[in-house]
Amino acid sequence: MTDFDLAQSRSGSPNSRMPVPTASASIVPQDSVGGRALVAVVAIMTFLASLTTGAVMLVRASAVEWQSDVARELTIQVRPVPGREMEADLARASDIARRFSGIADVRPYTREESERLLEPWLGTGLSLEQLPVPRLIVLRLTDGADVDLPRLRTALAEAVPGASLDDHRGWVDRMRSMSDTVVIVGALILVLMLAAMVLCVAFATRGAMASNRPIVEVLHFIGAKDGYIASQFQRHFLVLGLKGGLIGGGAAILLFAAGGFAVNRFMATAGGDQLTALFGTLSIGIEGYILILLQIALAAALTAVTSRHTVNQTLDAV
Amino acid sequence: MVRFENVGLRYGLGPEVLRDLTFRVEPHSFQFLTGPSGAGKSSLLRLLFLSIKPTRGLITMFGHDVATLSKDALATLRRRIGVVFQDFRLLDHMTTYENVSLPLRVIGREETSYRREVVELLQWVGLGERINALPPVLSGGEKQRAAIARAVIARPRLLLADEPTGNVDPTLAQRLLRLFIELNKAGTSVIIATHDIALMDQYDARRLVLHEGRLHVYE
Repeated sequence: MTDFDLAQSRSGSPNSRMPVPTASASIVPQDSVGGRALVAVVAIMTFLASLTTGAVMLVRASAVEWQSDVARELTIQVRPVPGREMEADLARASDIARRFSGIADVRPYTREESERLLEPWLGTGLSLEQLPVPRLIVLRLTDGADVDLPRLRTALAEAVPGASLDDHRGWVDRMRSMSDTVVIVGALILVLMLAAMVLCVAFATRGAMASNRPIVEVLHFIGAKDGYIASQFQRHFLVLGLKGGLIGGGAAILLFAAGGFAVNRFMATAGGDQLTALFGTLSIGIEGYILILLQIALAAALTAVTSRHTVNQTLDAV
Repeated sequence: MVRFENVGLRYGLGPEVLRDLTFRVEPHSFQFLTGPSGAGKSSLLRLLFLSIKPTRGLITMFGHDVATLSKDALATLRRRIGVVFQDFRLLDHMTTYENVSLPLRVIGREETSYRREVVELLQWVGLGERINALPPVLSGGEKQRAAIARAVIARPRLLLADEPTGNVDPTLAQRLLRLFIELNKAGTSVIIATHDIALMDQYDARRLVLHEGRLHVYE
């Protein structure tokens, strides 16, 4: 034990054998069990929230695509009328449709194609001539075209007595309500997911802060101002939150990027085409990536703000 | 320097734990604060280091009525008070040097301006060889001295020590008392809260005795 002799020790200089000390340690411990657990919780919650966001974006994009696919097509139905030649009526109706602007393609279904359409119900070897079955002409619209449907309908009714125009309005309405429902359900799930993320991150931050209470008290008693103490913790927890958010959000971004790449690569295969039909190109688009980045920022900001709030509560209780 | 006038303290709706405390702590003075367990020593210490405010009465510290001060102003005032806790309250992730220099760090001083000062103080308290040690590897006596060094590094005008000899053997207790006496001679007012009659008998100083919430001063 060294003696505390004032005169003797005060005359001494710093011990030359000792390494020069430096105050390199952060006031808030950099590596703690609570901190690592917090990073893991933030990473997991950000990953799940990002997946939900991406899934909602995919569903929304697919729903819009389904709607526009249906809405881009019109069908002329030509019913057989006694005394009229079906093929001539089909040709006449096709000619009328071609004259209208906004129609990119007019394709009357051939007799064989019409037979194939009915095959599931009526079996093979069918001859349509023996049955009064209507024939179809599929009109494909140019993107964003505004076709004068009433005039087309009137023109068809005047020239071809058995023709009627179906703009699939009923289908589009049902498709729209279905896709709207899907998007609303997705948005609700996203809101719940974000709420869960907020709560989990807030509680995990409070948990990690619990072990730091003695540090807050010591800083308080040695005369540190509340703002100084809060900023020390806020900065530290912002870094933890950002780390967790980047791990979770980054993993989600990689997953979606890989998914998009895989779909593009297998586009021509049967499986790839099925996936594309269901989920589009599996690309969440730039909006999706921006939303994921925002969630990373949200997780980090939330962690920092919760730590500040907890410090203030601790200081009030000291 | 410190003036209490008719100070009373109660927690919530409970009974008054401190009643009609009226006393002064003069500059350069040395006093023991003693009394049986539950007499209110810890509460009085908390009032002295501005951790709580009284429910009645007036406390003036360094010429300021503490009831009227903002949180930031209280923090600034707290820098003139050094506190040695019974349980040391050293931060385990920081070295002895970092713990002791913490009060200077939080007031924004550059490390180059205080490094020599901290090292000299650590040598003075006999921790010259333990500068880079972490608190978990220090002995009880070393921790106590590190805590005292942290309390005095910013040259406080008032030093409060809560049972500073509670965890050490009589020889070390005597050495710690000598350290407090030296600090007092250097100009710091000292209040030592203790149960240790033997310690108080070693130095003739003013005694503040708390009994059932009331203070009796023996000059």
